[in-house]
Amino acid sequence: MHDIATSFINLDAITILYLFGVGFVGGLVSGFIGSGGAFVLTPGMMSLGVPGLMAVASNMCHKFPKALVGAIKRAKYGQVDVKLGLILGVSAEAGVLYGAGIQEKIKATYGDAGSNLYVSVAFVVILATVGGFVLYDAWKTYRSGNANSEEKAGKLAKWVQSINIPGTMVYFKSINARVSVLFTIPLGFATGMMAATIAVGGFVGVPAMIYVLGAPSLMASATELVIAFVMGLGGSLKYALHGMVDIRLAMIILAGSLFGIQLGAIGTTYVKPFMIKVVMGLIMVIVLFSRGLMVPVYLSQLGLIDKLGDSSVKLLKNGSFAIMIFALLLGAFIVLRAMWKGRQAERLQHASGALEHGEI
Amino acid sequence: MAQSSTKKKPVGTMIVMGLISIALYATLLLKQDLINSTFAQGGWYAFLPIIVAFVFSYFHGGFTGHFWTVLGVEAARKKKEVK
Repeated sequence: MHDIATSFINLDAITILYLFGVGFVGGLVSGFIGSGGAFVLTPGMMSLGVPGLMAVASNMCHKFPKALVGAIKRAKYGQVDVKLGLILGVSAEAGVLYGAGIQEKIKATYGDAGSNLYVSVAFVVILATVGGFVLYDAWKTYRSGNANSEEKAGKLAKWVQSINIPGTMVYFKSINARVSVLFTIPLGFATGMMAATIAVGGFVGVPAMIYVLGAPSLMASATELVIAFVMGLGGSLKYALHGMVDIRLAMIILAGSLFGIQLGAIGTTYVKPFMIKVVMGLIMVIVLFSRGLMVPVYLSQLGLIDKLGDSSVKLLKNGSFAIMIFALLLGAFIVLRAMWKGRQAERLQHASGALEHGEI
Repeated sequence: MAQSSTKKKPVGTMIVMGLISIALYATLLLKQDLINSTFAQGGWYAFLPIIVAFVFSYFHGGFTGHFWTVLGVEAARKKKEVK
């Protein structure tokens, strides 16, 4: 455990504004796609001198209240399946504990660089596969001209819904079908494991709800907020037991992210459902390049390739962080742009309706 | 949006929530040394950051929600039917 007394950084106005700003953008994206922000916030706090564990703990402690506010907001729009969120959330909590154990074992066996290499490679492989598929699916929907029509469950989801295992079947309103919890438990577990190891559980949880269970994108992204709340609450308590939460950092990030998450949630009511997949897929694919850039650094630290010079390491680290920031900003830009266009279209529709009825 | 012009905007509630939120943040920053040393003890004190997070999210969450409403940024009138 760190010497906690010396781990609290000094907060100046610039640090506060920086945390508030990143919190806002992270909140905006997670209000829209159900997750996002952690992959920038944790390294962002570490770059300010916050120890790694405290950065993870403080991120968790801002995540659960943010997810709660976002879930309540989106529940008002009828987008949340609380039952599915809670069932997945509890199994995700188990996945978090298991994932954290694996992380510790890898760290004990291969050291910091080995653990970082494992995380980066897992990150790149998973994000390339899932993110690539999500983007491809969004592209197919856009090209088919069916972007406005109701989403239909895919082949895998239909098969999952067709399996009847007595005693394990639960009705989920988001899917409008009964599904065995023997399918949902591993999905929640995988989401938690990903959250504990590569800090992006939602990038597994949301696509799993869409493609494996057959939930519509809007409901999957909103339900992910319930999972994030359950995972974040459990994780925060676990870290707080060891006094690892810097509540100042958590609450300052929360200050920005609550502005963002409300806006992101409102944004979902203006866009076509496939936009959730576009934003999520794009962020995943861009962020994987950020992690990919760090692979040579860890390989060099492990002596598997020639040692890199200090300037090269610095360049790769800065490049990696810049790409993550870019991914988040791009996601925020698409959300705001889609929302702006949706609002313009609604105004036009309202004006033409008023004209037709002779109100103008 | 057009509805929002006819509906009464929650300016009063937003101001009250905002003032409570400012007071909470001011206390957090002015008493940060005491708060840090208390919360760092862990154990039973672990519930304090959790309680703080819930309290802040209630008041600041309420403020931010009303903030966007007062600015006229509201959900689309025809909500997406999600089944």
